Amino acid sequence: MTIGRDPTVAPTIELEGAAVAKPGALPPPRKSSAAEASAAVKLQRVSRLYGSFVALREVSLQLAPGSSVVILGENGAGKSTLLKVVAGLHAPTYGEVTIFGESPRDLRGSVAYMSHATMLYDELTGMENLTYFAGLQNSSPQPMRSNHSSGSRKARLRDRAAQALREVGLDPANPRRVGEYSQGMRQRASLARVLLSEPDLLLLDEPFSNLDLGSAHSMIARLLAHLAQPSPRGLARTLLLTTHQAELARPLAQSTLTMNAGRLVSLRQTPPPQADGDTPAQREGVR
Amino acid sequence: MNYAQHVLTHLRKDLRLEWRTKDSINGMLFFALLVVVVLAMAFDPASYPDMTRQISGGLLWVALLFAAMTALNQSWARETNNSVLDAHRLSEAPASALFIGKALANFFFVTAVEIVLAPIFTVFYNLQPLGQAWKLLLVLPLGTWALVVNGTFFAALSLRTRNRETLLPLVLLPISMPALLAMIQATTAVLTGQFEPTLWIKVLLAYVIVFTTACVLLFQTVLSAD
Repeated sequence: MTIGRDPTVAPTIELEGAAVAKPGALPPPRKSSAAEASAAVKLQRVSRLYGSFVALREVSLQLAPGSSVVILGENGAGKSTLLKVVAGLHAPTYGEVTIFGESPRDLRGSVAYMSHATMLYDELTGMENLTYFAGLQNSSPQPMRSNHSSGSRKARLRDRAAQALREVGLDPANPRRVGEYSQGMRQRASLARVLLSEPDLLLLDEPFSNLDLGSAHSMIARLLAHLAQPSPRGLARTLLLTTHQAELARPLAQSTLTMNAGRLVSLRQTPPPQADGDTPAQREGVR
Repeated sequence: MNYAQHVLTHLRKDLRLEWRTKDSINGMLFFALLVVVVLAMAFDPASYPDMTRQISGGLLWVALLFAAMTALNQSWARETNNSVLDAHRLSEAPASALFIGKALANFFFVTAVEIVLAPIFTVFYNLQPLGQAWKLLLVLPLGTWALVVNGTFFAALSLRTRNRETLLPLVLLPISMPALLAMIQATTAVLTGQFEPTLWIKVLLAYVIVFTTACVLLFQTVLSAD
């Protein structure tokens, strides 16, 4: 099996109002719902200012559910700000943002955001951190993609956290605190936290920075497996990812957006992967 | 999952973090003990038992108020390290559950300090309550909650400011004045036995209800602020 999402099911992406980048047919809807009918992400002339500095300039973008988009750009291009605005962590100074037809701030739990920081407590172990975040979800804690649904709530939370850690290659029994982890382990623990919430929209800000090639490929494989499955709400999962490592992120990219000085300057469809694979990750494949 | 489970999840996490680091308890305890000892040395409580009874309530609560303030900023600093607060802003759990969990944790920390401080305070100031001592069991938890509920809220409010250590006392002290007055008066009434503390306990209770409700309702706005 070739790594990378099926390019024939690339969804519509609109940039500055013009429909572009539609190489294949839209995937058949998995489940009819109001949320599925809405754009996963819709930005209408969004600008974000920090004082007098303009981080985003009139950005318009529309992503259909199931999109998988990599955002490239130099430092200061506005990539991280764009993700924070989409996540609802920063309000746009001008313009409007909707996620599945709603304001990002009304959609808590459906959006997961991984930033440069781990968003984990340094004084707790990976298992303690993930059990804590699993406990903050409203849904009944079921182990992710598992048939084991019996046991107390605490046991189910621990099962779920342990499974999330194992899936990113971390040992749930590791007694070391997150503050004592290596950078790569911290990144993986952070990814486990993000995937734990089974989000509809995944926002990843430089997820491969500070990772060695092997760890990055493992992370990509885990993300591909995650994106291949519909969310518990029956929606096709959507990914927005920023990186400087375009080639590394290629298996995840149906489309690539480029930003410069707060503007979206280009959008191109990522070529389908070659049969024999032309990147190390593609050669590695997903199993 | 219900609201109480979210509150308990936050509370357990804060207690575990404090158990690991002991940042808040150690700072508060050292500060409160220092104030009590220094004031005991500054005047001779044994020579003026009546005056000591009159001012002890004030000394105790002011010491606890300033001690609590050293811990309140610390409790939110944990959430800003590694941007964990952003994870809370995206979480499904109600924002107010995070606030209540943290306020409860701070309440337990300050109560722990009070438990250590009370016998030392009694010995240093040679105190024997002349009123109904059991009423202190109402005044102490109500007064402590009044301090921590506002303190936790305003510490969160000042999180994104550059001078948050300076801003917290500037905001918290004026707003805590009615509660502080009620705590001091009620404690003085119990220690001296000269008047009934019931009215001041009612004032304290009303303050606690009003400010707890306001803080819970407004916390979502504070958490969501850019």
